[in-house]
Amino acid sequence: MAAAFTVRGLVKRYGPLTALGGVDLDVEEGELVGLLGPNGAGKSTLVKIGCGLVRASAGEAYVCGARAGSAEARAAMGYLAELFRFPGWTTADELLELHQRLAGSAGGAEERAELLELVGLEDARRRRVEAMSKGMQQRLGIAQALVGTPRFLFLDEPTSALDPGGRRTVRGLLEELRRRGVAVLLNSHLLSEVELVCDRVAILSRGSIVAEGRPSELARPHGVEVDVGGGTRLFAGAGREEAPRIVAGLVASGEQVYGVRVLETTLEEIYLEAVGDDTA
Amino acid sequence: MRGVPVVVGYALRESLRRRVFLVVLVLTAAFVALYWLGAQKAFEAVDESEPPPAAALAGIDTRTLTGATLFGLSMFGTLFLGVVLAAFLTLSVVRGDAERGLLQPLVVRPIGRAALLVGRFLAAAAVCTVYVLAVYGANLAITWSTGSWRPDRIVEPALELTAAVAVIAALSLLGSVVLSATANGIAVFMVFGAGLVAGLLGQIGEVLESDTLRDVAEVTSWVLPFEALYQDGLNAITADTSGFTEFALQLGPFGGAQPGGPFLWPWTVAYLLLVGVAALAAFARKDL
Repeated sequence: MAAAFTVRGLVKRYGPLTALGGVDLDVEEGELVGLLGPNGAGKSTLVKIGCGLVRASAGEAYVCGARAGSAEARAAMGYLAELFRFPGWTTADELLELHQRLAGSAGGAEERAELLELVGLEDARRRRVEAMSKGMQQRLGIAQALVGTPRFLFLDEPTSALDPGGRRTVRGLLEELRRRGVAVLLNSHLLSEVELVCDRVAILSRGSIVAEGRPSELARPHGVEVDVGGGTRLFAGAGREEAPRIVAGLVASGEQVYGVRVLETTLEEIYLEAVGDDTA
Repeated sequence: MRGVPVVVGYALRESLRRRVFLVVLVLTAAFVALYWLGAQKAFEAVDESEPPPAAALAGIDTRTLTGATLFGLSMFGTLFLGVVLAAFLTLSVVRGDAERGLLQPLVVRPIGRAALLVGRFLAAAAVCTVYVLAVYGANLAITWSTGSWRPDRIVEPALELTAAVAVIAALSLLGSVVLSATANGIAVFMVFGAGLVAGLLGQIGEVLESDTLRDVAEVTSWVLPFEALYQDGLNAITADTSGFTEFALQLGPFGGAQPGGPFLWPWTVAYLLLVGVAALAAFARKDL
C-alpha cells in the first residue's frame, strides 16, 4: 500500500522568495507525524501543496498514491486550514452535511452525529456557526476534516484557538485516529503537544527539513543524575548505557544510591538547536 | 461536474440567508413603490390635462410617450438593481472568500475548481433571473394598471435584462479570481457605468447623426454586451411605435436606443463562454 503522504524534491517559489527548497518527506499509513518550524519556514506551504491549494514550482507530492491536488488525492484526505472560516449562517449539522455532499460521503445523519460527538459538539448540532466560540468552530473544523472517513489528514494548527481542555480533547481525538489507522500530518507550534502524540517529527527551517525522526531518536543524552546520601550528583554528558557503571562505582565507593535518572534533551532543545537563528 | 448541483444549492441557501439579501429586498420594495407613485401621478397628469398644442398638432400620443419613458426608466432601475444583486452575490467568490478562509475547506473537496465556479455562476444567475423578472413584472403591472399602457414587446426586453445581469455576474466572477472583494466591486460598477455612458453617447450620436459617437457605442456594445442587451430591450418596448411619437421618444433619455441586430444573442452566449473560460483558467492556476 502506498504511503499516506510522499513528497520528493518539493520546491515552491513566490517570485524571488523560496518558500520550499527541495523537501523530501514521508508519512506512512496510520502514522502521526508532527511538522515543526518557525513562522515562515514553509510548513503551511507544504500542507497547501499537499491539499492542492498551491501549485509546486518543482518536485512531486502524492497523497495515498495519487498526485496531490487530483480528485483521487482530495477524496482520500481531510484538511483543517490554519486560517479558516465557515459561513456564519450554517448550523453545525448543515455544514457537515454540505461537506458530506462535496466529499461524496454516504454516511448520512449517523456519520454527522458520530463526528460531532467525537469533537464534543453533540449538543451544538443545531447551533449556527456565528453563535459558536472560536474553540467550538475549531473543533467543528476538525469534524469537517473527518467527513468521508479520510485515510490521511492535514491538520494545520488544529489547537491554536483551544483552551487546555479543548487541547486535551484534540489529543484524545488524535489517539483515536491513530487507533483507526488514519495517518496525520500535524502542523503545530505546540512542541509539548507534538511530543505527546506524534510518532515522528520533522523540523522545517527556511524551506528545508533540518531534522527528522522519532522524538526518542532525536533526543541526545544530557547526563546521568544520581540521588546519593549527600544529595544529587550529576554526571554530565553520560548516557543511559553508562548508568549501571556509574551506580556500581558509587556503591563500590561506599555511597548509598537512592535514585538514578538519565537526562535527555527535550524536543524544545532539539527544535531550537535545529532551527538555529531562524526564529522569526 | 457532479459537484455543481451541490454548490448551486449551497450558494442559493447563502443568497437567501445572508442579511444583505433582506436589504436588497427592502430597497427593491421602496423602488417599486416609488415607481408606482411616479406612474400614478404621471398618468393622472396625462388624463387631466390637454396635450400641448404642438404635440396635438403633430399627432403625438402623449400616453405612449409617457408610458414608454416611464417604463424605460423602470428598465434602467431594474437593470441597476439586478447589477447590484449580481455583484453582491459574486464579487468575493474566489479571492475575497479565500482571504477570509471560507474557500479553502470547499476547494479541497474532490469536486474540482471548475464545478465550484460554474455552480456559483449558475446560482447567481438563477437568483438574478428570478429577481429581474419579478421586478420587471411588477413594473409592467404598475404601468398597465395606472396608465393602461403596455410595451410593444413584453418578453424580449425581460429576457434581455436577465441576460445583461448574467453578463455582469460572469464579469464579476472573473474579477473575483484576481481582485479583492472591494476592488472587484469598484471595478464591476466602473465597467457598468462605462457601458451606460457609451450607450448614452450612442443615443446622442443617433440624434446628431454623429458617426464617431455611433462607432464608440457600437464597439462598446461588443466589448460590454450587457449594454447592447439593455439598448435592444429599450428599443423593443416601442418597436411598433412610429411617426412623430417615435421621433419625440427618440429625443427622450430612453428613446434613442438602437436594436442589437441578429448577432446580439449569439455574441452574448459566446461572450459568456469566453468570460467563463477565462475565469476557469485563471482560477485553475491560482494559489490559495
